[in-house]
Amino acid sequence: MKILVCISHVPDTTSKINFANGDSEFDTNGVQFVINPNDEFGLTRAIWFKEKQGANVTVVNVGGPETEATLRKALAIGADEAIRINAVPTDGFFVATQLAEVIKNGGYDLVIAGKESLDYNGGMVPGMIAALIGGNFVNSCINVEVDGNNAKVTREIDGGKETLSTTLPLIIGGQKGLVEEKDLRIPNMRGIMTARTKALTLLEPVAATHNTKTVKFEKPAPKSAVKLISADNLDELVNLLHTEAKVI
Amino acid sequence: MSILIYAESAEGKFKKVAFELASYAKKVAQTLGTTVTAVTVNVADTSALAQYGVDKVLKVSNDKLAKFNARAYADVIKHAAEKESAKLILVSSTTDSLYLAPLVAVSLNAGYASNVVALPESTAPFLVKRNAFSNKAFTITEISTDVKVLAIAKNSFGIIESASSPAEEDFTPTLNDADFDIKVENVEKVTGKVTIADAEIVVSAGRGLKGPENWGMIEDLAAALGAATACSKPVSDLGWRPHSEHVGQTGKPVAANLYIAVGISGAIQHIAGINSSKVKVVINTDPEAPFFKVADYGVVGDAFDIVPKLTEKIKEFKAQNS
Ligand SMILES: Cc1cc2nc3c(=O)[nH]c(=O)nc-3n(C[C@H](O)[C@H](O)[C@H](O)COP(=O)(O)OP(=O)(O)OC[C@H]3O[C@@H](n4cnc5c(N)ncnc54)[C@H](O)[C@@H]3O)c2cc1C
Repeated sequence: MKILVCISHVPDTTSKINFANGDSEFDTNGVQFVINPNDEFGLTRAIWFKEKQGANVTVVNVGGPETEATLRKALAIGADEAIRINAVPTDGFFVATQLAEVIKNGGYDLVIAGKESLDYNGGMVPGMIAALIGGNFVNSCINVEVDGNNAKVTREIDGGKETLSTTLPLIIGGQKGLVEEKDLRIPNMRGIMTARTKALTLLEPVAATHNTKTVKFEKPAPKSAVKLISADNLDELVNLLHTEAKVI
Repeated sequence: MSILIYAESAEGKFKKVAFELASYAKKVAQTLGTTVTAVTVNVADTSALAQYGVDKVLKVSNDKLAKFNARAYADVIKHAAEKESAKLILVSSTTDSLYLAPLVAVSLNAGYASNVVALPESTAPFLVKRNAFSNKAFTITEISTDVKVLAIAKNSFGIIESASSPAEEDFTPTLNDADFDIKVENVEKVTGKVTIADAEIVVSAGRGLKGPENWGMIEDLAAALGAATACSKPVSDLGWRPHSEHVGQTGKPVAANLYIAVGISGAIQHIAGINSSKVKVVINTDPEAPFFKVADYGVVGDAFDIVPKLTEKIKEFKAQNS
């Protein structure tokens, strides 16, 4: 089985988010970048397939040279090879177009992307890839099993979960649940050493449109201070929730 | 620029988010001087949409669509959009709609923006404000394509009544066999309980509760409020509560009207998931807990003392105001 895992390079969850140049650019100063958490679950599931059923795992990222450290980390965790598409990922459709091109040429059986990346939270890349190549697609995926050409997939739905059956090739938008958090891998020394010898292929982007563009960033307005209510005066809390906040 | 909304339903009844979506669409339609068409799937009585300003309803009835199927539903919306020459297609931010929206966008060569939290700032150029960076910031996004797809964040606009008398039309889009290549084998739904996705009020508790045996009081408070229950990540990791209740950056997002956090410290990853809730109440023994910085109302004190009392107060309030 050939698996492709799409890796987004995003600010670490605890990063302070700041903007530069008149709020027109994301300020990367002091920001630590990591593998997008949703993608990390997918990558670990891919490695699980490799160990349990035999698979070749390729990771791919659309990004500048600075994202190679993130791809190397994925290789150190156990991916066999990496591809970087040398372009600034400004729009989800542009990214999906680049990835679709790699998928068309690569003959992958299973493509795992994260259901959303935790920077722009677009939630569009996996679905757009599927639409561009016409593949079977399951979003918000919390489990995937493959038996020959058949796949059994569980996805989260509002208020529960749903199990689906389909065939390969398959594209999934994955999230926590694909593997347990305790099973996430951290690169060990051997992994880091062997990652250096694994192939990291550089591809130039294909022509594609940008359908959307971020023109400005904004931070939420500063919050007014919390209203503290005495533990002995819960009537006041109920009253405020009713008359002031109007939520009960 | 006519506007199409996908009015989502479950078991033949519209979801509340469908009314919020119609309200949003109506407001945009007024600005643009155009009309709102809703497309519905297997809803026999669509009259409820008349309360929210919908001008026309395209009713799709098809047994093959009895269960949600992203590709087939996306096809329905695509054909409806083409029939109506819709330039703006709106969906809610439910799990199902977020699944189909990118498929619709690609099939119509449309630019797509999700997590939209306000009316368009401008329609030429078309600019919308959306949540990003796990709710730590917004982006103003320009969509440059002729046709546009937006997913509107839950509870970001509200429901506004506006009476209309929509024309109803049966609509039979052509579906592809390939749309049904994915088969639903099994659906497991939590029944008889308010779920986090649908809840207007969420009562959530963290490690401060010490153990799963203490969740009775959280459930009592939730029951008194008609709320869903939720928890912080360590609580679900420890197995005190099911994973489906874990909220936060790696868990579920909560965009409720009221979020009550009991014994939760307010770590950045937790806050990321609840930031878009309107009103936040915190109950914590530690006055320095970071949650107080983002809360609207706070009570410093012991949950074991406060929660049962609060439940009684809420019950009294409900008895007097119902
Ligand atoms: C990559 C990553 C992703 C993460 N994603 C999430 C996520 O999605 N969601 C999430 O929740 N966390 C997430 N976390 C974990 C997060 O950082 C915190 O560890 C977690 O939110 C803390 O949970 P807690 O507040 O329940 O527990 P604690 O930090 O232990 O806090 C318990 C609180 O209870 C208070 N307390 C104690 N006793 C009482 C009492 N009797 N009455 C009232 N208050 C009391 C204490 O003062 C304290 O503030 C993530 C972490 C990482 C690294």
